[in-house]
Amino acid sequence: MAAELILPPAFALLLGALLLAVVPGRLRPAIVLGAPLIALALVWRADGIGGTAAYLDLTLVLVRADPLSRWFGTVFAIAAFAAGLFALHQKSKLELVASQAYAGAALGVVFAGDLVSALVFWEVMAIASTLVIWSAGTAARAAGLRYLLVHLLGGTVLMIGIAGHVAATGQAALDVLGPDAPFRWIILAGVLLNAGAPPLSAWLPDAYPRASYSGMVVLSAFTTKTAVYVLLRAFPGEPLLIWVGLFMVFYGIVYAILENDMRRILAYSIVNQVGFMIAGIGIGTELALNGAASHAFAHILYKALLLMSAGSVLAMTGRSKCSELGGLFQSMPVTTVCGIVGALSISAFPLTSGFVTKSMISDAAATQGMVLVWTLLAAGSAGVFLHAGIKFPWFVFFQKDSGLRPPDPPAPMRAAMILLSVLCIAIGVAPGLFYTFLPYGAAYVPYTGDHVVSQLQLLLFSGLAFFLLLGMLRRTETITLDTDWLYRRLGPALSGRIVPPVASAWRQAETAIAAASSRGLQLLETAYRSGPLSRPQASGTVALIAITALTAYLIIGYMAATG
Amino acid sequence: MTQHRIVRPENIRRLWAAFIAVLALTVVAELAIERHPAAGFDSLFGFNAWFGFGACVLLVLAARLLGLILKRPDDFYGR
Repeated sequence: MAAELILPPAFALLLGALLLAVVPGRLRPAIVLGAPLIALALVWRADGIGGTAAYLDLTLVLVRADPLSRWFGTVFAIAAFAAGLFALHQKSKLELVASQAYAGAALGVVFAGDLVSALVFWEVMAIASTLVIWSAGTAARAAGLRYLLVHLLGGTVLMIGIAGHVAATGQAALDVLGPDAPFRWIILAGVLLNAGAPPLSAWLPDAYPRASYSGMVVLSAFTTKTAVYVLLRAFPGEPLLIWVGLFMVFYGIVYAILENDMRRILAYSIVNQVGFMIAGIGIGTELALNGAASHAFAHILYKALLLMSAGSVLAMTGRSKCSELGGLFQSMPVTTVCGIVGALSISAFPLTSGFVTKSMISDAAATQGMVLVWTLLAAGSAGVFLHAGIKFPWFVFFQKDSGLRPPDPPAPMRAAMILLSVLCIAIGVAPGLFYTFLPYGAAYVPYTGDHVVSQLQLLLFSGLAFFLLLGMLRRTETITLDTDWLYRRLGPALSGRIVPPVASAWRQAETAIAAASSRGLQLLETAYRSGPLSRPQASGTVALIAITALTAYLIIGYMAATG
Repeated sequence: MTQHRIVRPENIRRLWAAFIAVLALTVVAELAIERHPAAGFDSLFGFNAWFGFGACVLLVLAARLLGLILKRPDDFYGR
C-alpha cells in the first residue's frame, strides 16, 4: 500500500490565499508570485490518480492527472503568475486573496476526477470570483451581486444534474457523459452557463468590467475556460455545441461592435472566443478537440494580455470609454505595443499564438465536410479582427488625440505584459514544442503557403472594411440591451405586481397547511410505511423536487428583494 | 499639444498607400502558392479577400440594425 502521495496543485494556491490573508504586506509579493510557480511544479509532478477519499457511497478523486488536466493546469498556473505580477501593486488585500483562491479552485476543477469534487471547487470559484469583483469597491457591488446570483443559479442547476446523475447511476466519475447518460442535459446547462453561453451570457459583460484594473485580468482566465475544460471532458462531439458556439461567436462580435467601453468590448470578445472553442468541442474530432484545448490555452494568455493593456490605460487615466480615449500611443509605448501583440494574437495573425490554434477548429470542420460551419467560422474570424483586433487598439491608442499623455504603468505591470507578449509570439513562431503536449492525438501543420496567404487576405481585407466603415463605427455613449434586462428591469417591475398577491396567497396556504398538518402527517406516515414513497430511489426524486422548489423560491425572493 | 508626425495628413496618405500595396500583395501572392479549397466555392481567386471584406460589412450592418432597437444611453441602469 505504498501509493505515492500526489499533492493536488490546487492546494498550493488555496494555501497561498490563506497565507496572503494573514502575512504582513511586505511578504505578499513572494506569495503572490511563488504560489503559482509551486502550483505549476505540482501540475507537472502529478500523474495518474491520487488523493482519493470516500464520501457517502462515492469515491472522490482530488487528483486525476492526464495530458488534458495538465494542459489546462499549466496555463492556469501561468495565468495566475502573470496576473499576480500585474497586480503586485494592487492595494486591495481582498482582491489578492480572492484571486489566488479563485485560481486555486479552478485548478481544483481541472484536476478533479469526479463530479462532486468538481462541483465543490466550482462553487468556491463562484464565491472567490465574486469577491474579486466586490474588492473593486462600492461601484461594483450591485453588478457583483447580480454575478453571484446568476452563478449560484448555475451552480444549483449543475448540482441538480450531478445529484440526479449520481442517484441514477451510482457513479460520479467526471468522464464522457454519453447521449444516454441521465441528467446530462441539466449538467450541460449548468456548465454552459459558466461558459458564457446564451441565454444568460450577460453576466459576463455586466460584471467583469466592474472589477479593478487588475481584477478583470484574473476573471478573464478561469471561469469560462474551466467550463470549456468540463465540456471537453464530458461532452465532446455533442452536435448542439456547434450551434451554441457559433451563436456566441457572432453575439460577441455584434455586441462588441456596438460597445463603447474598452473593457466591455474585451468582455464580449471573451464570449466570442469561447464560442470558437465550444464549436470545436461540438465538432468533436481529435483535431477539433485539440483546436479547442489549444485555443483555450492561447486565449487565456492573449486575453489576459489585452486586459492588462486595457487595465494599464484604466489605471493611468481612470477612463475606459473609447469616446474619452485616443492618441495614447504617444506616451504609453509599451502598453500600446503589448496591446497590439494581444490584438494580433486574438485575430490569429500568422506568427502569433491564435494562428496556430484557432485554425485547427476550422480545418476540422472542413475535414468533416461541414461547409456551413466552416463558412461561419471564417466569417467569425474576420469579425474578430474587426471587433477586437483593430477596434480595441485603434480607439484606445490612436483615432483622435484625446490630449491625454499618461506614462506607461509601473514596472511589474510592464513586466507582466512583456512576459505574455513573448509567450504569445513564441507559441506562434515555434508551435512545435507547444504541439508536443497537445492532449489529443491529431497532428497539425499550421504554416502552409495556402493557410498563411488565406488568413492574411481574410484579416487585412477585414481591416480595409474597418477603415472604410469608420463613420458607421464611431463611438457613442451608449450600452446595448442584453438578457440582463430581464432581471434588471422586467423582473423587478413585474415583481412589484406579482409578489404581493403571491405573498398573501402564500400566507393563506401556510395557515391551511398548519391546520391540516396533524392529519397530513398521519397520512404521510401510513403512505411511507406501505406506499410508493418508501422505495429507495425516491430520495433522489424528492431531492430533485426540493432543490427545484428552493431554486424557484430563490428567484422569487430575489425579485421581491430588488423590486 | 504637439502633433505626432505619424498623424500628419501627408503621412496618413502614405500609410494608406502602403496598406493598399500590402492588400494587393496578399492577393497576388495567391498565384505563387498551392490552394487547398476547404469548401469548393472558396477556390475562386481572391476568395478570402472579398469574403473577409463582405463578412465585415455584413456584421457592421447587422450591428447597426440591432443597435437601432437595443441601444440605450449608458446611464440607462443608473450609475
